[in-house]
Amino acid sequence: MDETVAEYIRRIILKIPRDEIKTMLKKWGFLSEIQLQTVNFCQVKENISRDVAQLCEENSADIKQAAVLDIIYNQTHPNKRVWSVYQMNKAGEEMEFFDLRYFKNKFKRRLQSALKNVTINFKEHEDNAIWIRIAWGTPYKKPNQYKTSYVVYHSQTPYVFISASVFKSNLPLLCQALIAASNYHDISEMELRSHSLNSLKDIVFKRYSQNFQTYYPRPLQERPVAQESADLRIIQENRNEKERIERLNWEAFGDGPLPKIEFAQYKLETMFKSNPKLDVLDKEPFRCLVKFSSPHLLESLKSLAPAGMADAPLSTLLTCIPQKARNYFRIRERTALLPGSFVSP
Amino acid sequence: HLATSLPLPSERDHLRPRIDLIVFLIDIKSKYSLKNTEVSVHHVDASFFLGKVCFLVTGVGRVNYCNVDMNAIWKMGEVFCSPVLFCELELEGVQVTTAQRLLQMLQICAGYVPGVSSLSFGSLMRRPADD
Repeated sequence: MDETVAEYIRRIILKIPRDEIKTMLKKWGFLSEIQLQTVNFCQVKENISRDVAQLCEENSADIKQAAVLDIIYNQTHPNKRVWSVYQMNKAGEEMEFFDLRYFKNKFKRRLQSALKNVTINFKEHEDNAIWIRIAWGTPYKKPNQYKTSYVVYHSQTPYVFISASVFKSNLPLLCQALIAASNYHDISEMELRSHSLNSLKDIVFKRYSQNFQTYYPRPLQERPVAQESADLRIIQENRNEKERIERLNWEAFGDGPLPKIEFAQYKLETMFKSNPKLDVLDKEPFRCLVKFSSPHLLESLKSLAPAGMADAPLSTLLTCIPQKARNYFRIRERTALLPGSFVSP
Repeated sequence: HLATSLPLPSERDHLRPRIDLIVFLIDIKSKYSLKNTEVSVHHVDASFFLGKVCFLVTGVGRVNYCNVDMNAIWKMGEVFCSPVLFCELELEGVQVTTAQRLLQMLQICAGYVPGVSSLSFGSLMRRPADD
């Protein structure tokens, strides 16, 4: 049995948090109950990993089984990777019946015909997602199991979530295989990236609580005003302003939890408008990059106006992120033909 | 009465009692806070500056995050003849002490302490270096 496989399994175990190891191994199902009972899960992770690797060697684990464990780990901790969203387009309108086996076969054949050294594994997950794990090699080297790409595909939707690894050069090949296998016409990258896979799904499948413009804003008396009435001796002079800010914020962001994204990037290619005496840079567009980053960007944007750090209403460039399903923007100079600034892909 | 800036909204003019002490809160972590204070202080009637105004600088526990020019604050205290106090609202002990100090000042400004006027107290609060 290949020592590299045992080492690979051992490394995966080291990544798993200690209290999850047992449940994940049970889910994996490769080691029997009796074998699992012989392992002491209370010791240091180093030792646990070595014990488990030993057991796997006894069972002659091969790379296929190790890959399944890797997929399970990534399914439980998708937030360790950065995910990009791709959208596929169909030429015609008919929805063909989706055959999983056909998809898997076509995908495998397409990839393997182009690149012989590649490991491909599939696993279905809850909520109808198909997870594909790909380890890339070159015509001369075996696949590198430590640098894998993951693809999450919901067969009923045209969206694919890809966590590419360092080998970006294989991306076109991956995309080609995907459209061939799923009978789509072409695939394009959306400008949407984040660590949180579930949030990306929420944005793209429109599962977050959206807000629609209403003529009658929700009456604010319903809101719990516990803080205000707590001490009647404290009087807020700017209550109207506060309520206005809250209302605008509610219109922009809605009520419920917001999808979790970590950054928004704006590439500006606009003219530099300044004092006419400064004769600098007024011929060509001024290029600059503005990047907002936060552990939870949308929540922090939502709290800017109530905290007094920004004027309400916030710029639509910031609030349109979930609706437009993008967090990378390019802003060009407004031309004489178009009103307002031109936001382009 | 808490307000985010001056002038106060005029809708509540008839409901407002007499104002005895104005405390301007400046957060050293926020340049905007200082700027807001500088703008609002110009809306205060001159008679308040005889001891009825004070500047309270908060957030001094986190000196690393200091974003305002301390000289500007000292200067403002000098120009408007008003004391500058410091506190850290995140520490409960300091919070309580500062509140007690302000209450004491308020008592004087409202005239509840016989023999001490707000002007005489204000002159006691001036730093010796100012003269």
